Amino acid sequence: MAIKTLGRRPRAAAAAEADDDSWIELSGLHKIYRPRKSEPTHALSDIDLKVRRGEFISIVGPSGCGKTTLLKILAGLIPRTEGAVRVAGRDVDGPLPEVGMVFQAATLLPWRTILQNVMVPVEIQRLDRTAYRERAGRLLEMVGLSGFADKYPDELSGGMQQRAGICRALVHDPSVLLMDEPFGALDAMTREYMNVELLRIWRESGKTVVLVTHSIPEAVFLSDRVVVLSPRPGRIAEVIDIDLERPRDLGVMASDRAGVYVQRIRTYFNAQGVID
Amino acid sequence: MTTTEKAAGNDGAGPDRAGSGVAPATTVPDKPPRRRDLRDHPEWVLVPGVFVTVVLLWEFLLPVLGVDAYVLPRPSQIADALVTQLSDALFWTHLKITMLESLYGFLLGVGAALFLGTAISQVRLVEKTLMPYIVAFQTVPKVALAPLFVVWFGFGMTSKVVMAAVISFFPMLVNVVEGLRSADADRVQMLTVFGAGKFDVFRRVRLPSALPFIFAGLDIGIVFAILGAVVGEFIGAKEGLGYLLLQTNYNFDIAGMFAVLVVLSLMGLIAHFIIRTAQKRFAFWAEDNTVIGA
Repeated sequence: MAIKTLGRRPRAAAAAEADDDSWIELSGLHKIYRPRKSEPTHALSDIDLKVRRGEFISIVGPSGCGKTTLLKILAGLIPRTEGAVRVAGRDVDGPLPEVGMVFQAATLLPWRTILQNVMVPVEIQRLDRTAYRERAGRLLEMVGLSGFADKYPDELSGGMQQRAGICRALVHDPSVLLMDEPFGALDAMTREYMNVELLRIWRESGKTVVLVTHSIPEAVFLSDRVVVLSPRPGRIAEVIDIDLERPRDLGVMASDRAGVYVQRIRTYFNAQGVID
Repeated sequence: MTTTEKAAGNDGAGPDRAGSGVAPATTVPDKPPRRRDLRDHPEWVLVPGVFVTVVLLWEFLLPVLGVDAYVLPRPSQIADALVTQLSDALFWTHLKITMLESLYGFLLGVGAALFLGTAISQVRLVEKTLMPYIVAFQTVPKVALAPLFVVWFGFGMTSKVVMAAVISFFPMLVNVVEGLRSADADRVQMLTVFGAGKFDVFRRVRLPSALPFIFAGLDIGIVFAILGAVVGEFIGAKEGLGYLLLQTNYNFDIAGMFAVLVVLSLMGLIAHFIIRTAQKRFAFWAEDNTVIGA
């Protein structure tokens, strides 16, 4: 089932501005935290990265390497210290309507039904509720939650809540989907299932996805490219093209080529003395 | 456990179901599954059971122990007094006065607390400026102010309304401030990513997050408001249940005093029940309320 795109002004304008085919562009990005009462922390160092429109990339790295910081800078949640960040042809200096985000915890509002939760971005961005309610309904149908639109979050399992969180991130039809370890809290079986689901959603919606994850196999399975960050201060150690045929199913992970990718990233982390 | 089962068995649930154990509700749609409900809620039997037991003991043990009715009247005497009071038109006036004083005071105190609490929780400067005064004033025993209010506002309703307002103000204020600060940081961040401004965050996350606290504040506030009104009437009044309480006391009508106490308790209970019902309706997601400043 295809999700039709509702026409929106900023999209067309932004598309014209974006140079060549890079939809997300980071250049010379540094982030230094300067807490008032302790030593400054160099979280990210000299990050250069271009992401093509419609590309699926993952960012992997050891704990504390600044993966989440990178994502939050892309989301416009925290300011960068140095460098340039452009998303959809616009400089990022605050949250952009072009961006949807999925969080570690589903972060649904318990006083709203699933449908009302999915509609949050629409309400905040003062979009046409009637038109987007239909879209929200279709998104819920796509993730298999159409029967749960009027339920409250605590009536849903963790995996279902996270699926609703994905619908919320997509409802205002952003071109970029940022995901911060979205499946970290799920059990292994649900996680695999959600990975397959995510690929399907990505294929059907054509979004540009940046996914932060702890799981190397997950990154390999999902991505066009995997960005490997070094331990703090996080810099790009390697960008690996994942040359596996699409559409992929879980069987791909049993293949030798997938194993080679996973092993290559693991080897890097082992050499750095960090455990995956 | 045995008590419950016995009580459940004795409560007259259909004899045809006596041996069937816990039948799923779906198999007997025409009959409500009463036995199962009682087993899940032993308190439905135990709470009235305790009441009946205490009243019976009270009724029949007092004469045996030789306790004078002037010291502690029997439940039947209190019931008599209550009936006498309820059939007196003047009593209803007293009741109405106290109810209005409590209600106005409650609305005033709670309204002020909502307004000030919002300002304190949202505007740093207001907090910094006012908090020291509020903390200082909070330590004053509010009941001790009642004589002052009577001097300032007279023997009429106003002094009691002010007393009720002042005494219900503080627990509400603390709950409003705490509640508006209780919003989960992840939820605030989530709204921010989607482009929410400060007011959006307030309306869509901070206020709903505060609701369970606000209801806790209302719950304490209404009970405190009744307390404030009655204390005000003790100090100086010509009407109200507090005034009636003093009168019956002067007349050594101890059963009458108890009757007034029963009415006051019922008043508090009903108010509490109304607020609880509203809470279940409007803050249904909260497991249980966090009561602060009780």
